[in-house]
Amino acid sequence: MSAAQLAELRHTFALDKPVVVQFGDYLLRLAHGDLGVSFQYRTPVLRLILEHLGATVYLVGTATLLAAALGLWLGARTAWRRGGAADRANTAIALTLWSVPTFWLGLILIVVFAVGVGPIPGLFPTGGISAPGVTGIFPVVADRLAHLVLPCLTLVAVLYAQYLLIMRSSLLDEMGEDYLTTARAKGLRDTEVLRRHAVPNALLPTVTLVFLQLGTVVSGAVLVEAVFSWPGLGSLFYQALTVPDLPLLQGLFLFFSASVIVMNLLAELLCPLLDPRVRTG
Amino acid sequence: MSTAASLPVLSACGVHVTFPGRRGRESARALDGVNLDVYPSEILALVGESGCGKTTLARTLLGLERPSAGDVRFAGVPLAYSPRSLRTYRRRVQLVLQDPMGALNPRHTVYEAVAEGLRIHGAEALGSFGDEATKVADALSRAGLRPPERFFPRYPHELSGGQRQRVVIAGALVLDPQVIVADEPVASLDASVRGEILKLLLGLRDDSGLSALVATHDLGLAWNVADRVAVMYLGRIVEAGPVETILRSPEHPYTRALLSVASTAGGNPPVILSGEAPDPSHVPAGCRFHPRCPALASGVAAAAGIAEACRSVDPGVLPGGRGAGVACHLYPPSS
Repeated sequence: MSAAQLAELRHTFALDKPVVVQFGDYLLRLAHGDLGVSFQYRTPVLRLILEHLGATVYLVGTATLLAAALGLWLGARTAWRRGGAADRANTAIALTLWSVPTFWLGLILIVVFAVGVGPIPGLFPTGGISAPGVTGIFPVVADRLAHLVLPCLTLVAVLYAQYLLIMRSSLLDEMGEDYLTTARAKGLRDTEVLRRHAVPNALLPTVTLVFLQLGTVVSGAVLVEAVFSWPGLGSLFYQALTVPDLPLLQGLFLFFSASVIVMNLLAELLCPLLDPRVRTG
Repeated sequence: MSTAASLPVLSACGVHVTFPGRRGRESARALDGVNLDVYPSEILALVGESGCGKTTLARTLLGLERPSAGDVRFAGVPLAYSPRSLRTYRRRVQLVLQDPMGALNPRHTVYEAVAEGLRIHGAEALGSFGDEATKVADALSRAGLRPPERFFPRYPHELSGGQRQRVVIAGALVLDPQVIVADEPVASLDASVRGEILKLLLGLRDDSGLSALVATHDLGLAWNVADRVAVMYLGRIVEAGPVETILRSPEHPYTRALLSVASTAGGNPPVILSGEAPDPSHVPAGCRFHPRCPALASGVAAAAGIAEACRSVDPGVLPGGRGAGVACHLYPPSS
């Protein structure tokens, strides 16, 4: 590459201007919703993000919902029978899965359930979001779901422990409360006391956590998406990192941060709806 | 006095409650043979220091704890512990707890808190009232929250301590119980509010014929509201009788010690109990009070020639009923 070409490229990407001016230009474009152009794809970054967002929301959204449901349910059960064998086993399993590296768990699941080991046939696709050449509504849906199973399972396994632990500890807090005794003395059976009083109140801190988590899972799925070649924001991020595609990385960072902030805001806004004590007159 | 009124409405008959010891420690005899009768339209104060078993007795009388021996009787019928019979029982005997903030679900409005009992027990709990709202309003105004409708949408954190305790009481009253078991009902309230809540209890006894068992460590409270007093020490009733008898001429050295520290006006020097705090997992042999008994320590018991009996002979379990009684070797029964 000649010096003239280099200068030409520098000029194209405005790298020949002072850094302060470059940053000012960047902020100005940002204010107009322009995140710049990807080095790698030669496409506007915003368009790339929006194109890949759907796949990530599909995967991470499903996984978060399942993980939250599983974690809350198990957390309530373990707290209600705290100290028992089921409590100890559940907590141990959840903590083990939580500690496992995501990419390693993903690879193991691919080896066992996608490639097939011994008598286990390859049940699910090794990666991607869909297979080419599938037509018709039901085959397409079945194909999409089959592709979803393994990456979703990996995410759920890694994520559900924190919901379990939060639910368990906040329910244990509630269980010392006198109003449960009052409810029992009014004639409610134990399971009804749990369902009507203890669990709804223990859900408060947990719901906040789910929302905070939703903000971070968008970025937290990088490893899973990379392992399963899932065409979402995580894979986009991973590819941008290998180039490195600076405008794209910058845009993604901004997007991830914004999603955390927006989810925080949502959690704050949701709190007064759930807890009358936070409501102002 | 009619015959119905002379039969106890709620009784503990030889109730033992034992909690299994943890990690190899001995099991705790929280209740060690309790006979206690609550009669219609009377307020019975259950007095004792913390850890003596008051709360366990209150919980056992409510069916929240199962006695390991003996039984709880309601109108003479032993309490069965099937979910169905417990549910019926709980319409008749209601609970008021010490801390009204904790006793109310912070996310339920006053209306929901009071109506819950009605929803659990269905149509029969409504009685002659046509609908839930009027019944709830009636309970709230009986508990002194007027006008009741103003309190319907309020949450516990918006109320004062006294108002919260009134909501708890309304939640109990809404089921038209015959007995209220109150565990330290005013201990967490300001002195000014205490009197109002006690007045409320007295008013309910006089107007609705309600009976109440009030567990308390406060003899002054017993003096103010109770018709009868039962003094509890380490899982047993050690002295019981009409409030005048017990508080004016106490017999048991433990009751005397309690009274001496409660009444500053009496002029008697306070009796400070020495010795280890009572531990229900190590109930002393003989009289359970003997290691701390001032009568034994001062030689009064030895002078009466019973010091040996104090250390080795259990003075026995007091019978229930209305009469006065004391479980102490200094006062042999019906001599």
